[in-house]
Amino acid sequence: MIQLYNVSKKYPNEVQALNDITLHIKKGEFVFLVGPSGAGKSTLTKLICREELPSRGQAIVNGRSLLRMKNREVPYLRRKMGMVYQDFRLIPNKTVFENVAFAMEITGASRKEIKQAVPAVLRMVGMETKINMLPAQLSGGEQQRTAVARAIVNNPVLILADEPTGNLDPDTSWELMKLFMNINRRGTTILMSTHAWDIVDDMKKRVIKLENGVIVRDEESGVYGHDH
Amino acid sequence: MVLLSGTKKVGFTVMIINTIIYYFREAATSLIRNAWLTVASMGTIIISLLILGSSVLLVLNVRQIASDLESSLEITVFMEDGLEQERLDELREEIKFVPGVIVVNFITKEQALENLKESFGDKADLLAGLEDDNPLPNSYTVKTREAKLVPEAARQLEKLEGVEQVRYGQGVVEKLLALTHWVRIWGSLSLLVLGVAAVLLIATTIRMSVFARRREIGIMKMLGATNIFVRMPFMLEGMIIGLTGGLVAVLIINFGYLSLLNKVMLALPFIQLVDDPVSIYRVLGGLLGAGLVIGTLGSTISLRRFLRV
Repeated sequence: MIQLYNVSKKYPNEVQALNDITLHIKKGEFVFLVGPSGAGKSTLTKLICREELPSRGQAIVNGRSLLRMKNREVPYLRRKMGMVYQDFRLIPNKTVFENVAFAMEITGASRKEIKQAVPAVLRMVGMETKINMLPAQLSGGEQQRTAVARAIVNNPVLILADEPTGNLDPDTSWELMKLFMNINRRGTTILMSTHAWDIVDDMKKRVIKLENGVIVRDEESGVYGHDH
Repeated sequence: MVLLSGTKKVGFTVMIINTIIYYFREAATSLIRNAWLTVASMGTIIISLLILGSSVLLVLNVRQIASDLESSLEITVFMEDGLEQERLDELREEIKFVPGVIVVNFITKEQALENLKESFGDKADLLAGLEDDNPLPNSYTVKTREAKLVPEAARQLEKLEGVEQVRYGQGVVEKLLALTHWVRIWGSLSLLVLGVAAVLLIATTIRMSVFARRREIGIMKMLGATNIFVRMPFMLEGMIIGLTGGLVAVLIINFGYLSLLNKVMLALPFIQLVDDPVSIYRVLGGLLGAGLVIGTLGSTISLRRFLRV
């Protein structure tokens, strides 16, 4: 699903965000990306959704080389990914239904398809009773569940989650993690960067630890580490 | 687990139609949701186009009045008294030979007196008795190809044998020519400035509207929206604002100008304003087009920098 070979990223302001990263993530894996702030987690996520290009190395996502990909092909790559962020990124003047439907409208889906698929995903994330509410009327957990619904409505092969529980309390975080596990069980690859050490320790998934732009640890059934 | 149908294969045409419906729905929703900005942008377009339209009409009318005045300019060449008919005929040919002269009319002493009586109207009896000892000279009235040729032609005419005096409203022609020249140059220049100002004003207004929704644009890009998909609703929004603003401006100018025409026709019948429908509709159509172009141009300029991947 994701293959990185000797990838480095240097920003124009001379910050070396990633240094010689080689990494393989197979289809259907659930991977935690951990490490202190500024370690390069966000840069790695941005490379994979091609918001940034590597300065050096080769990157292949879903069988396509990101370096050879043309700008106009990027939207079609992103439709195969679902993105979930710490700050939810819902459109404030659209309802729950409209926010999720929007991801489908972008692909040119018909009203009929949207009316079928959106309630189904909203039921899956447990938001079926709040479909006509605006994001401001929802709790953080509900907003994030809406964002997850939006991320999966187009059946992505990969979900990139950037500290999805960063703004949620522990109970809500666990609810959300269960949701991600369900999605992962259906075969969707998940790459999640997080600071939630208790969740990482408990879930016994693959853990990749970044520090100063370098992978310092990559373990199956790993833990967050002792330095939290 | 229910299989989600988001990636179900759909026909290409159906996709395009869905997307077009989406563009219009999105543009309409945005116009209504951002009603205040919509009104502001439309107001800007209406005011700009009103100024633009009135300036165009002003320039057209000044040009028409100026060219009316110019074409009514003629030179009167007074003859010495007591010239033979033969010499008068020769003079006609000599006058025709002067560069720029196109029309020559002979006016006899008797005709001149008649014309004078006519202009006196019911007080014509003041002139009674002049028939016997007519003090008015024979004259030729001369027209030139262009008004600016009048002064030089007049100088040539003065030199002819048997010419007593040449009259053409000396000074007035020069002043009029300078005025029409001035109006043409400054009219075109101010139209250019106003046009650019209108585009910039609308670009700024739409930039504000795009800026207010930059998070939304970021989310759209994150979800895999193509550039055209992000751009189109804003473009449509700009076009709708431009066209509607243009339409309002056109209606105001149409009714305003028609009532002005009526008033001028009653109060100042000797001034001939531009009143042929073709010219007026050309101006109004141009304004509508300008509204559309300004709206589209404004949104295009504003969107460009928000859409880099």
